[in-house]
Amino acid sequence: MHDMSAHAVQHHVPPTSFIRKHVFSLDHKVIGKQYYALALVAAICGMALSWFMRIHLAWTNAAIPGLQLLSKNGAPGGVMTPEYYLQLMTMHGTIMVFFVLTTAPFAAFGNFFLPIQVGAEDMPFPHFNMMSFWVTFAGFVVLMASFFTADGPTLGGWTQYAPLNAVGSVGGPGQGTGVVLWMAAIALFCVGQLLGSLNFIPTTLDLRTKGMSLMRLPLSAWAWFITSCMGLTAFAVLMPACILAILDHVAGTSFFVASNLVMNDQLLPHSGGSTLLWQHLFWFFGHPEVYIAIVPGIGIVSHILITNMRKPMLSQRVLIYSMGALAVLSYMVYGHHMFVSGMNPFSSLAFSFPTLVITIPSTIVVLIWTFSLYGSKLRINSASLFALGFISMFVSGGVSGFFLAQPSIDILLHATYFVVGHFHLVMGVAAMFGIFAGTYFWAPKMFGRMMNETLGKIHFWLSFVGAYCIFMPFHYLGMAGNVRRYSAFVDDFLQPLIPVHRFITIAALITGAAQLIFLYNLIHSRFWGKPAPDNPWEATSLEWSTPTPPPFDNFGGKLPVVYHDPYQYGVQSSAGDYVMQASPEQVKTEHEEK
Amino acid sequence: MATTIPEPPQLDLDRLPKPTHSGNSGWRNLVPTDGDLHVALEHSPPASSSAIYVVLFAITMMFAAFSSALIVRKGSSLDWQSFTLPSILYLNTLILLASSVTLEVSRRRVATFMGGLKSRVENPARWLYITLFLGLLFVAGQYAAWSQLRAQGLYLATNPSSSFFYVLTATHALHVLGGLGGLIYVIRKLSKSTLRRNALDATARYWHFMDVLWLYLLCLLWMKL
Amino acid sequence: MAKFFAVTIIVIAILSAIPILRHTWVAPEDISKHGHLIDEQMSETMAEAGISFLAAQFVLAFFIWKFSNPRPDAKLKNFPGGAKGLVIAALLVVGIEVMALGIFGVKAWANVYLTPPSADAMPIQVQAGQFAFYFRYPGPDGKFGPIHPELINEGSQNFYGLDPEHDVESRDDIVTAEMAIPVNKEIHLLMHSKDVGHSFFVRELRVQQDFVPGLDVSLHFTATKIGKYEIVCTQLCGLGHYNMKAYLSVLSQQDFDDWLKKEQAMQ
Repeated sequence: MHDMSAHAVQHHVPPTSFIRKHVFSLDHKVIGKQYYALALVAAICGMALSWFMRIHLAWTNAAIPGLQLLSKNGAPGGVMTPEYYLQLMTMHGTIMVFFVLTTAPFAAFGNFFLPIQVGAEDMPFPHFNMMSFWVTFAGFVVLMASFFTADGPTLGGWTQYAPLNAVGSVGGPGQGTGVVLWMAAIALFCVGQLLGSLNFIPTTLDLRTKGMSLMRLPLSAWAWFITSCMGLTAFAVLMPACILAILDHVAGTSFFVASNLVMNDQLLPHSGGSTLLWQHLFWFFGHPEVYIAIVPGIGIVSHILITNMRKPMLSQRVLIYSMGALAVLSYMVYGHHMFVSGMNPFSSLAFSFPTLVITIPSTIVVLIWTFSLYGSKLRINSASLFALGFISMFVSGGVSGFFLAQPSIDILLHATYFVVGHFHLVMGVAAMFGIFAGTYFWAPKMFGRMMNETLGKIHFWLSFVGAYCIFMPFHYLGMAGNVRRYSAFVDDFLQPLIPVHRFITIAALITGAAQLIFLYNLIHSRFWGKPAPDNPWEATSLEWSTPTPPPFDNFGGKLPVVYHDPYQYGVQSSAGDYVMQASPEQVKTEHEEK
Repeated sequence: MATTIPEPPQLDLDRLPKPTHSGNSGWRNLVPTDGDLHVALEHSPPASSSAIYVVLFAITMMFAAFSSALIVRKGSSLDWQSFTLPSILYLNTLILLASSVTLEVSRRRVATFMGGLKSRVENPARWLYITLFLGLLFVAGQYAAWSQLRAQGLYLATNPSSSFFYVLTATHALHVLGGLGGLIYVIRKLSKSTLRRNALDATARYWHFMDVLWLYLLCLLWMKL
Repeated sequence: MAKFFAVTIIVIAILSAIPILRHTWVAPEDISKHGHLIDEQMSETMAEAGISFLAAQFVLAFFIWKFSNPRPDAKLKNFPGGAKGLVIAALLVVGIEVMALGIFGVKAWANVYLTPPSADAMPIQVQAGQFAFYFRYPGPDGKFGPIHPELINEGSQNFYGLDPEHDVESRDDIVTAEMAIPVNKEIHLLMHSKDVGHSFFVRELRVQQDFVPGLDVSLHFTATKIGKYEIVCTQLCGLGHYNMKAYLSVLSQQDFDDWLKKEQAMQ
């Protein structure tokens, strides 16, 4: 590794026109904020969809006022049809997984802060970076366009299993144009994220400033780097899968559609395709994808916790290796989504062992976090509350993974609400908490304004308790045999469970409403919040060495030199109990990098 | 990636192009006429040769996915009908290999020209144009291969074997077109004397990779189809 | 606020555990021969998961309580043993735990999936299609007649596309909309999908298996208790997915024979 301070200086001329400053900007910070805005809009859409879903499940025949405006056919008089439920459910999952959970923790915060945290002026390829956002945005537009087609969006779930994804409109409403739009949107998304990885990886490897060795990178920077490596492999596999599925759909090929299938008493023209091939390709992407959703959160939460504990983690190195282990193992476990899929049962056993083993790095991460709290000087604020909440949620969600990792238990729990509870706790809650924590922590730097602490704490309390009220019961429902992806519960078997669903729905609506507090806080603070100082949290990493908000080239023309490890807290320095990475001050440090 | 700065070569300072704002500044190891190393450092190229490997890795994963799809699809059903690969493919392969050779020649010539180390290199872009021509010839040859298949009645959906043939060769050809775009970019930058060494090297690596990828695809298609 | 947070975590953890401990929502009674291994695996996992869950939440809450809002003169401390002890503990404790679960769980899985059906298992075919299950019994000749997909016609109730005129084996096949099996008799279920992906799930039988279009999958199981149970589809197959079910009746041998005769008469 070299730390030649002479490195990437792109044509850093500050932009002048409005378009160049705010729309087609080459500045990674603007791009990061654009991604954040995209994720915010997507989250609002995804959450609204979840409200519609939950209301329909709890009160199936009720009219949801106004829903008929979204779709005349899908919700005549506001009463949702079964197909429309599935269509909304598909869009909910797709929007949340792709445009919120991959976009916000990785693309939004990563774009804004990775170059600053490594001490660079920008990413190495600002044009590709700009393209990455606009291609992702285009993907979102294409996806949302499916709401406005004749028979609506696809109803096949965010997993879009074959052959339902390829048989065309004979498969159901939304299976015509809706599927093609979905596949195209996701292919665009993959391209956007690949362009993102194209910037993230060289930034971390080559653009580190003088004195910034790899081990001196903050944990959030490591997390973004590891995530971008995962994305490189995962998205590059999903894209060809989507291409093949589109071909099956529009060009009459039979990659995924088997022979002799009959729908509406008509023999389908396809033949010979492999149903399981789609699942293998999809989950090879799909499992790393969920780690792409959580690893940035792990890095962000670590970063925030350390600042608020006023001491570094017990071992930075172990956390980095654990994140790396999660990334590597994530490719070996994907078959656990396919235990009862008809794949060779030996393969199921083979996949279950790495799945069980992946518990180990996850446990190590939780142990390091928890036991680093010991002997710390924990500060409680909105950011640290969400970070601590992340730990609780990650534990809860992770523990249910224990069950699903075993094929024999999966016989009972596959495709039930147990799975839905598991992934919502880790993704829908823990990863979201990571986003919230990051927002409260970094808003001062991103927007130059402090967010309102009182509102932040109210947001936290309602979200924390609310999320448990929503998603814990999902596990009980699953254990009792409640099948997932049902638009209504009409079986005798499921009737006794409906009161639980009603409880969940009410909790969901209240928790959803609490998010409006966050939205208000975000927008209000953006314009009228207290102006933020450069380093409100007394933190050490390079983003706090910049002015607030950072100038277009991050460091005002003079790149910092790094003298310290990233988390020198608990030292005696002129600044207090911490010394910043870029400060030349030599201090007596109790915490050696292990 | 690690970079070292070896001893700067003994240069005839009068022969060097004058460092203008968008001039030849940007070479490593180059001492500007006024000796202002800071200027050279400030305008150094991005040390991001790792980026091209990121791109190549992603492309590899994509073709790995297609390859595994081919293998699984062939094994999953009895409807696979092999066919003989159009013979023009072998000619196209030679053309593509030749283009890699010409690209290497041009790379060295351009590097020499930009380094100002040889007395006069005429038309440093000539070999780039030759490479570009050969690349276009390759794509045209692929198109001819598709036409030959169509004449035999083998279309995209005729049989899974033909499906994969078209998908793999078309995707490769698309990426080759991207590489041609890169070559055009290099030629333009060279003509304005704003070419950075890294851009040329990255384009060359990409192009050679397209070559290697094509050889792999040819083997795969030959064995499996 | 920190102490309140710590208490909240503990309360939530305990409240979450209560329905588990009180068996408020549990899987319905197991009526299969192999299911007890699955249930045992489930209980063991629940115990280990439960302990891990409660321990992790309690320790987190305790540390939040103890180390937040410190006195100004408080000193920073590191947990004794540091990271090394924790990593070793994780590797050993969790590692052994998960390996044990994995290894002991192999038997439960193998019983269902890695053992062949016995020679005298009764073959029944089930076909899943949007949005119903249809079952086929081979009849006295013990053979299933060939399926002609082009002949499938829901309107004329030819769900399997059978051609009894030309296919001898089809003549005595019995196609039904509900499934009945004799108790304590091993069943060899042959699964076939007519169109898209579906799945066969009977909770009480502890069986769940996807139908794979283009691939004929099979299952074998033995029911041990007479009763009527639901077969539900668990793989998203379209708008009728929520309503796609059939009933499984486990009958005494005598009742089953009567039922089969009745169904045969209705063909």
